[in-house]
Amino acid sequence: MDFDIPEEYRILRDSIRRFTDRELIPINEEVEQTKKIPDGIIDQMKEMGLFGILTPEEYGGMGMTVVASCMIQEELSRANICYPMFISGNIGIGTMGIVHFGNDEQKKKYLPAMASGEIYSCFALTEPNAGSDAAAIETRAERKGDTYVINGLKHYITRGNISDVFTVVAVTDKAKRHKGMSAFIVEKGTPGFSIAKIQHSMGTDICQQCELVFEDCAIPAENLLGEEGQGFAIAMGVLEEGRLSLGARAIGIARRLIELSREHAQLRVQFGKTIAEFQAVQWMLADMATELYAMKTMLYDAAWRLDQGNRNRARAGMVKLFCTEAIGRIADRAVQIHGGMGYMEEAPIESVYREVRGMRIYEGTSEIQRLIISRDVLKNGLKSLDYD
Amino acid sequence: MDILVCMKQVPDTETKIVINPEGTGIVTDGIKYVMNPYDEFAVEEALKIKEKMGGTVTIVSMGPQRATEAIRTALAMGADKGVHLCDDAFEGADSYSTAKALAAAIKPLSYDIILGGKQAVDHDNAQVYAALAELLDISHVSIVTQLDVAEDGKSAVAQREVEGGAREVIEVSLPAFIACQKGLNEPRYASLPGIMKAKKKPIDVIDLAKSGLSADEVGEKGAKLKIRKFFLPPEREAGKILEGEPEELATQLVKLLREEAKAI
Repeated sequence: MDFDIPEEYRILRDSIRRFTDRELIPINEEVEQTKKIPDGIIDQMKEMGLFGILTPEEYGGMGMTVVASCMIQEELSRANICYPMFISGNIGIGTMGIVHFGNDEQKKKYLPAMASGEIYSCFALTEPNAGSDAAAIETRAERKGDTYVINGLKHYITRGNISDVFTVVAVTDKAKRHKGMSAFIVEKGTPGFSIAKIQHSMGTDICQQCELVFEDCAIPAENLLGEEGQGFAIAMGVLEEGRLSLGARAIGIARRLIELSREHAQLRVQFGKTIAEFQAVQWMLADMATELYAMKTMLYDAAWRLDQGNRNRARAGMVKLFCTEAIGRIADRAVQIHGGMGYMEEAPIESVYREVRGMRIYEGTSEIQRLIISRDVLKNGLKSLDYD
Repeated sequence: MDILVCMKQVPDTETKIVINPEGTGIVTDGIKYVMNPYDEFAVEEALKIKEKMGGTVTIVSMGPQRATEAIRTALAMGADKGVHLCDDAFEGADSYSTAKALAAAIKPLSYDIILGGKQAVDHDNAQVYAALAELLDISHVSIVTQLDVAEDGKSAVAQREVEGGAREVIEVSLPAFIACQKGLNEPRYASLPGIMKAKKKPIDVIDLAKSGLSADEVGEKGAKLKIRKFFLPPEREAGKILEGEPEELATQLVKLLREEAKAI
């Protein structure tokens, strides 16, 4: 068994790491204050190809692996989770629905521009009455001649305010429950479609959540993604990648928090010695590092298996569950090690602490992950862990 | 333009250097190796020249197997091909025997300009490029912070740093070796398409036989210089904090500077 990172991946990781260290970490404070990623940085990210990591090469993307995508997101998250979040539509569900279910024309029309970052994409499923229970959505799409007419409300849609192309899931046949859901490509500026408001969160809000309103919004019938009734399948189709992405981001954040905590512990003097000399602090660092190791090992194992074509929702759920819960504990300890400073805005800790709280909720709550995992264990034993 | 870049893989600048117990070298276990930072400027400048004038960029490097990663990184930045001098016989080289091997690899190639860092940040000798230029019978310009290649590709104007922040402007006929200094440019990051393309770019491995040199001419055997011992500077002692009224402090300080530090 060889767990060493191959050369190609090391080159990739080092390039993103250098970019993060030299360009992103130094502007963290500015980005958090202005709640905006500078245009120059976004241009650099586009030049580097970061918006097309998983898009196939024939459509202008990089056609890279999930392992590569995770490595990139891990490194970027060391600076701020806003960077992988900013590209997450184009490398994730905002684009992958079109990759997997789109017809030739849709692919040609949208994918190259999404891969280059010329246009941004996002995914609109969640509604006030449909969160974990996605099949409970109420937004309707009715076929009228050559169009579908959409009516309804979506909320908590990340990057809705900056996106150009939306994959919107709506009900086309209520009687069929989740098999009566369909996905549509809706472009910004379509009459009847508007961003009602930006929804502020306890997080850093550099990438914001929005409420989307559809009022008799007529879109061309050819904007149906896949077939009628495939909406739920499209929504669930790339869940694994999304969940592993969260694991990768948690790892990047953990590394940064541990680096900062170590530095602080070795500098901060109390009772005549550095606090790193106190066992209470040492044990916190030990637990943080141990959890990071577990996170990293399980993520890259799962990502590699996914790249081998071995899709497994329970395994991705385990990664999402463990990594996002662990980052909560790690961030909490980072605040504790930094003491008063960790609680104040002056140190780059409290904003991370607030930001990571959301990770246990979006992309499937911890409870939903446990539901998926326990069902799998009850049904298949430990097969998902490759204990045949 | 056929552009060559001499590049070396060195320990990451953040490496904590530990000398081996025999004092013959550093402990290499767990060291992360990177492209010599000054060579990054050379690669970037080569790519800029290529973008402006067309041509190819070839990376020439001597080093063990692991050095392919640094070559591949340069290819990912946009260089076209690599030449890797890799053989146990090349190990333990000094500046001279390194230049000798590089010259052997470069002589059969076609080149209009050669770029490289002003020094490698491992041994910091800053001698290879001068020796190499001599062996190739071309000029060299050191510590270059600005470079303009003439449109006909026959000459270049280079600015180099001299004492007191002054600049010296040198016109040099090509081919010549340009030793690059920080400030010349901002090296680009390897892009994802660059990394994908780099996988398919050729790296020509040159061992001792292919170099046409004999074992006595290269590596440790061919070296003019023998390193007798490595040692680290003594650890810095804790600073002294003086206390008291300003007048007393000044007297104490002057006394210490004169008698202890012997600075005045």
